[in-house]
Amino acid sequence: MISLRALNKSFPGAAGPIPVLRDLSLEISRGEVFGIIGHSGAGKSTLVRCINRLETADSGQVLVAGQDITALSGSELRAARQRIGMIFQHFNLLSSRTVRENIAFPLEIAGLPRAEIARRVERLLELVGLADKGESYPAHLSGGQKQRVGIARALAAEPHVLLCDEATSALDPVTTKSILGLLRDINRDLGLTIVLITHEMSVIREIADRVAVLDNGQVVEQGSVFQVFTNPSHAVTASFVREVLNRDLPETLLGNLAHTPTTADHLVVRITFTGPAANDPVLSDLVSRFGLSLNIVHGAVDYIQGAPYGTLTVRMDGSEPAKQAGLDYLRHKNLKAEILGRVAANDRAVA
Amino acid sequence: MIGLLLDALAETLAMVGVSLTLAALAGIPLGVALLVTARGAILERPLFNRVAGAVVNATRSTPFIILMVAIIPLTRLIVGTSIGTAAATVPLVIAAVPFVARLVEASLREVDGGLVEAAQAMGASPLQIILKVLIPEALPGIAAALTITAISLIGYSAMAGAVGGGGLGDLGIRYGYQRFEPEVMAAVVVVLIALVQVVQSGGDRAAARLNKRLTRRAIGKGVPTP
Repeated sequence: MISLRALNKSFPGAAGPIPVLRDLSLEISRGEVFGIIGHSGAGKSTLVRCINRLETADSGQVLVAGQDITALSGSELRAARQRIGMIFQHFNLLSSRTVRENIAFPLEIAGLPRAEIARRVERLLELVGLADKGESYPAHLSGGQKQRVGIARALAAEPHVLLCDEATSALDPVTTKSILGLLRDINRDLGLTIVLITHEMSVIREIADRVAVLDNGQVVEQGSVFQVFTNPSHAVTASFVREVLNRDLPETLLGNLAHTPTTADHLVVRITFTGPAANDPVLSDLVSRFGLSLNIVHGAVDYIQGAPYGTLTVRMDGSEPAKQAGLDYLRHKNLKAEILGRVAANDRAVA
Repeated sequence: MIGLLLDALAETLAMVGVSLTLAALAGIPLGVALLVTARGAILERPLFNRVAGAVVNATRSTPFIILMVAIIPLTRLIVGTSIGTAAATVPLVIAAVPFVARLVEASLREVDGGLVEAAQAMGASPLQIILKVLIPEALPGIAAALTITAISLIGYSAMAGAVGGGGLGDLGIRYGYQRFEPEVMAAVVVVLIALVQVVQSGGDRAAARLNKRLTRRAIGKGVPTP
């Protein structure tokens, strides 16, 4: 649906041009919700603005639905933009127009007949749950309501792509959830391709199918959200994932971990549950089959795109062969079992 | 004296009304042009922008009394005479156009760039952006600009006496100063104060009515917090 090919873009700076996008390529498929995450300054806003040419890339190609956006003339570009909806962090609603008139705006631009505009606006007000707010001015709406107007306006011209530039960054967590829910429904019901820029991993987890991590103008990692969350390979990705999924042991515990075996010690093992085995009773198997005693030190379960992803850190006690057999059993079940360290048997801090 | 005052008031209103209307008709488009042709704006034309800006600045820096005398040939060309109320209107318009243009340009600049960007993202043409985004959003500011212009024109029109234009200022100078009738001068000043008050409060009311953004007064009147 959207192909970005070898995009380069730099902005003039005091000491020569500052590169913002470096040879960046990306493929976004029809009907998916594609998240792009990065810290501020990573180039994500510039990237999304290249898709509808609010920013012109210095070199490279942008294809939307097979059309080369970078090669269009002024009027062709305006026609193409009508098929690409966009919503903004600060909503950008016209303060002089009512909600109804704001939603009608892109349709006036497209030159639709008055009756058709009225019909569509009514349907859109219904869709975003603002049927009773048609005559209000934006100044009298809450942030969440303003973004709903923004979404209705972006959908009015029946685009095939919706660009979301930090669409929930100005909203509180509850409102963010409801706006993301609305975007999800729209994606599902209208088959709309959504490109979503954010600096919040929680937004990606909530809504995206695939994600690309942007750092310093380049895609450093991309893949399905589940894969990127459970197996981040780049340091930037890992730091983003850590914001949402707290898998770190408390400091007090880490301080007591020893990495060399001593005579009588317990293993501290982190077990990661993903895939089908996540639902098996592995802990009770470890106890009953191998005679191990287990003490849970830390644990969390998250659902990413509906699939469970849990980690459990346990203190494992038993004979050395039993511990080894237990670890082998976990690995046989395709669960990740990492030995974080060992603690002395009489160390109570970990108990 | 009442009769004199009423005649003078009518002349002032005619001069100010006509010149304000004409100045708005020319000044608002010129202000829009100054804004949209600036570097990085939606219809970037640096050369036009620089020339128009220079002409506007030159006109604005010429003292009105000199401007009025300097353009007498032009005035004669347009209204056929260089004396009288109609003749005074020509320099008033010429002085007010760049004034309106700069004020309008400033109020258009206050329009959030995000709105222009949103309109561009929807595929709006530059003309659509001007007519559907910039001007409607800047309307409260434009109303305020026209109010300020009207009041300045009332002041300038007092100088129109120099070309026999009549009006309140002329009355005050001729009777109050040259004929030593201070009560006429006082009456003129009172009428002018009242006139400026009426224009200012009318302009304020228009600006407030056009402003759909949250004003301090509206806050706390059942407006939901985000």
